[in-house]
Amino acid sequence: MKYVDEFRDPEKAKYLLREIRSLVQRIETTKSRPLSIMEVCGGHTHAIFRYGVETMLPEEIELVHGPGCPVCVLPMGRVDDCIAIAESPDVIFTTFGDAMRVPGSKKSLLQARADGCDVRMVYSPLDALRLAKENPNKKVVFFALGFETTMPSTALTVLQAEREKVHNFFLFCNHITIIPTIKAILDSPELSLDGFLGPGHVSMVIGSSSYDFIANHYKRPLVIAGFEPLDVLHGIWRVVKMISEGRAAIENQYNRVVPAGGNPVALDAIGRVFELREFFEWRGLGSIDHSGIRMREAYARFDAERNFLVPALTVADPKSCQCGEVLKGVIKPWDCKVFGTQCTPETPLGSLMVSSEGACAAYYQFGDIDKVHATKDA
Amino acid sequence: MSNLGTQGSEKPPESRLKASAVTLAHGGGGKAMHDLIHEVFVRSFEGNRTAPLEDQARFSLEDLVAHGDRLAMTTDSFVVSPLKFPGGDIGKLAICGTVNDLAVGGAKPLYLTCSVIIEEGLDIGLLREMVESMARTAREAGVKVVTGDTKVVERGACDKLFINTAGVGVIPAGRDLGSDRARGGDVILVNGVLGDHGATILAARGDMAISTPIESDCAPLNGLIEQLLTAVPETRFLRDATRGGLATVLNEIAMASSVGIEIEEDKTPIRGEVRGFCEILGLDPLYLANEGTMVCVVPESAAARALESMRAHPLGRGAALIGRVTNGRPGRVVMQTVFGGRRIVDMLVGEQLPRIC
Repeated sequence: MKYVDEFRDPEKAKYLLREIRSLVQRIETTKSRPLSIMEVCGGHTHAIFRYGVETMLPEEIELVHGPGCPVCVLPMGRVDDCIAIAESPDVIFTTFGDAMRVPGSKKSLLQARADGCDVRMVYSPLDALRLAKENPNKKVVFFALGFETTMPSTALTVLQAEREKVHNFFLFCNHITIIPTIKAILDSPELSLDGFLGPGHVSMVIGSSSYDFIANHYKRPLVIAGFEPLDVLHGIWRVVKMISEGRAAIENQYNRVVPAGGNPVALDAIGRVFELREFFEWRGLGSIDHSGIRMREAYARFDAERNFLVPALTVADPKSCQCGEVLKGVIKPWDCKVFGTQCTPETPLGSLMVSSEGACAAYYQFGDIDKVHATKDA
Repeated sequence: MSNLGTQGSEKPPESRLKASAVTLAHGGGGKAMHDLIHEVFVRSFEGNRTAPLEDQARFSLEDLVAHGDRLAMTTDSFVVSPLKFPGGDIGKLAICGTVNDLAVGGAKPLYLTCSVIIEEGLDIGLLREMVESMARTAREAGVKVVTGDTKVVERGACDKLFINTAGVGVIPAGRDLGSDRARGGDVILVNGVLGDHGATILAARGDMAISTPIESDCAPLNGLIEQLLTAVPETRFLRDATRGGLATVLNEIAMASSVGIEIEEDKTPIRGEVRGFCEILGLDPLYLANEGTMVCVVPESAAARALESMRAHPLGRGAALIGRVTNGRPGRVVMQTVFGGRRIVDMLVGEQLPRIC
């Protein structure tokens, strides 16, 4: 495939790995502990496991798989709300595929569908809008989730629904925003991160300058990277290079896609339809101020939260679940008490075990289980 | 059940089946059902007769024994939606699936059954087309459809048309294939590209407005398998990589034989179109279904012979060696990625759901 295979070239990978190895040797701290680099985005986590990038890195580098999988950070209460909406009369509930398996306090959307709810998988919010137009006697609800990557398409769909006067289309808004989330991680007292791989597609929307505070205030380097394995490796190399030079800056490896100022058209659509919530509950991370997004008053008639009875209850994560510590990089997935025992991809307790972008599911399915067993047996 | 053979050259008159759609009456046991069975099924499966029209098919033991020393039997139900897709339809699939399930066990497939469950309202022309497709594929595969059953259910009780086929075959003496027979050092081969069927069906459902030139690989593999087993009688194991795809079959072998398996991504044949389709939708082609691609395990010494024999058959032109059986951790399937890293290829949990971003 053109423009794809070039970014999977094993020869270039070998060159970068040699460079990374030689750089880490020059970093004094790696003699006592590995460098800890967080990839914020779930897309990176997926690429890292899909191509075995982690298995190629020297021992002196440890990757921490961050909170950037929107499915993984969805709290159970929100899934319960989805099910309450889906169970309402005359509703067609539409969702992206990988949200189907996320456990609520009683069931997942997949189970709700088996119980008779009309839950349909869509690939775009526009599919949901089309369903609304085709089914004027039904209420079609789109389960909007994701960071700034998916926000513009949802916002534009609402604007289109308004223009076309589609009155049976609703949005259950669970969008979240990346910057306050990274800030919450940086403010965490357990923080042990040396640098970041910044999300590619989110940055395409918000621009690379949004991260300046990470370098200026927190003195950590961040490299925005693309999603092909060579992008990821190149990004890691640039983070390690900055650390070896004692620099903390925001660099853009993905400049074929990400402009400094972001995408003004997308940002305008987001600004017209959405506003910040005061606080939003995250799975594993608790409540983070100004991290959630809701619909503006002007679009209230499209807002599922205002038009359906949703329980909106906070449901505590299972006590044994340590998703939060894994997300923050405090422990590795296999250090969690229930990893691979009570919590498996078949019966996920924590949402990190649900999506293939979730760190736990990725380790369980693609990862080095020998290492896991060695740690558990020890 | 009723035997689907015809009685001599006697044909029911054309005019009897006037309805354009199947109704509950066609399943009621009366004249309408009789007409449907005769004009659609019996007519299509003409020449498949083994005995006069009875409630069961009858075969002579002597004929069976001539082929080998053990019987193989299998059954499979087909519920694919849409009924027609590029490269095939539910009728072709219903024959190929059962023929292949027999053939990968080393059996020569001989006789199939055909049970259909029809949703009322199904267009009779479409039903006829599907049954004719079954008959054509059966001829191609050299098997006979000898008995069957027809049920009609109310609208909504099934999705247009469900077909079940059971099959009987005979295994020649001395042939013994099994998923527990893989040994460290053996090699893993496939007869062609992976994922075509799964990608075709997903695209044909039309949910994602992606048009692709991909066609299902749906084909009866018994001819290819016979050729391979004649050339390489020491073949350890064969399985068609249907639901769950290549990844699932490899995991089944690794578990049953208590061996490790290592495959190489850059040697695994997947069409550019299928790779592109999977990239866009966030799917993994290793888990996509195939209906004409099988996995073979043969001793390393027979690898070249097996590849040559498969490549000499139209359904094996793309045959490739994709990996090896190892003495690594039992039950573990590992892939060397194109990028140079290693990843575990596990069984799929539930169905493959596309990723968000």
